[in-house]
Amino acid sequence: MRVLGILLIVAAGLVLQTSLTRFTIGGGWALDVVLVAVFFCALSWGPAAGLLAGTAGGLAQDALSGGVLGVGGLSKTLVGFLAGAIGTQFIVAQFFPRLVVFVIGTLVHQFCFWGIYALIDQRAPTVPMGSVMMQAFINAAIGLLVFQIIELAPGFASRRRARRSRLSSGGRW
Amino acid sequence: MLEIRRRTGYLFLAVMMGHVILISAQVQDQGGARLASAVTFQLVSHIQLATARAVDGIRGFFQNYVWLRGARAENEALKRQVVELGGQIEELRARTTQVSSLEELLNLRTSLPIETITARVIAGDPTPGFPAVTIDMGSGDGLRANMAVIAPRGVVGRIYGRLEEHAAQVQLIVGRRAGAAAYLERTGAGGVIVGSNADPPLEMEDVSNLVDVQTGDVVLTSGLDGIFPRGFMIGRVEAAERGSGTYRLIAVRPTVDFSNLQYVLVVTVPPSARWAQEAEKQ
Repeated sequence: MRVLGILLIVAAGLVLQTSLTRFTIGGGWALDVVLVAVFFCALSWGPAAGLLAGTAGGLAQDALSGGVLGVGGLSKTLVGFLAGAIGTQFIVAQFFPRLVVFVIGTLVHQFCFWGIYALIDQRAPTVPMGSVMMQAFINAAIGLLVFQIIELAPGFASRRRARRSRLSSGGRW
Repeated sequence: MLEIRRRTGYLFLAVMMGHVILISAQVQDQGGARLASAVTFQLVSHIQLATARAVDGIRGFFQNYVWLRGARAENEALKRQVVELGGQIEELRARTTQVSSLEELLNLRTSLPIETITARVIAGDPTPGFPAVTIDMGSGDGLRANMAVIAPRGVVGRIYGRLEEHAAQVQLIVGRRAGAAAYLERTGAGGVIVGSNADPPLEMEDVSNLVDVQTGDVVLTSGLDGIFPRGFMIGRVEAAERGSGTYRLIAVRPTVDFSNLQYVLVVTVPPSARWAQEAEKQ
């Protein structure tokens, strides 16, 4: 059941990625919603979930982008597993630790991704630093927002239910 | 607990090894990867089409009824018309270039008319750094792999991978693994345009240090690659330096605004025999 949930989250990330980037093709904006989905799975359910999400998301992106199949898969599997392992070893339930995981995770992913391509092409890697940094912070912003929404949503619903029950009991009285 | 951790570690190692083997296999031969790409695109293209329709539906509701009531539809039609007219201008430019070449060759050959189909962009880059888009036209609309894709201002890219009935993937010229045969309009010097991660995102390679290259020089497709017809605008030279070896280092700024790509034109002239065979294999 959890495997299906992870695959659905990754698929949603992929659809969102292609839908959002449709309006920012080739522009200065760079984001990787699939990577955010991988971090989300890893931080929520641990390294095995990060590994599965990273493999599925990375391979799907490779297949769609026309690049070498496995490069994105390997990079995302690595960062997904590492993020999951960090999530189980340290407390990353607060804003700042999560920000660090998202930013550093994105940077590691990008250097791994472009590094493997440099090895395959046997050319010096040309990492677009501006774009990579922007992607790290945009990914972090999206990821933190998603965590915030998910964590606040149940509380919001229960508070609303409690307010309604208070109002209804008050009316009867 | 330790057993579970150890098992996850083994799984991680196995998956990483799998990826390495997969990458190594493709460096030799892309056979297996093509099938995986085709299956993934087949699955995702339907979702992309549905998502694009849903997103456009919501956008359309606000833009056509809530905000502008009709003006937006007219604007969309005009935009499509501008793209088509732009395509015709590019076609005329290409044909003019061909005509002058033919004049030089004492009219020994006749040029073929270039026909295009207008397509809408329905999805963007699946991976940052590998610019690609999905369009709402496919094999059912007469498109084939390796057909050239242009915009009013110049070359956009080429169709790659397996096509769906009403969806196709376009590799943008600014992509890291994209390229096109090109020449400088002013001097006629030929070279190869390749995409890069740098800014500007195009580089012109294989142009000798002896060739005079100036900032602002227009770069056009030469047609030698068998995909892009001759004479389509690619961009303008932004910087040209003398290289340490035989060739110049030329940075080219594309004329197409890739950040606002809504409609494109697919040149329906079939690619050369070599690329047609390549597409057949796919």
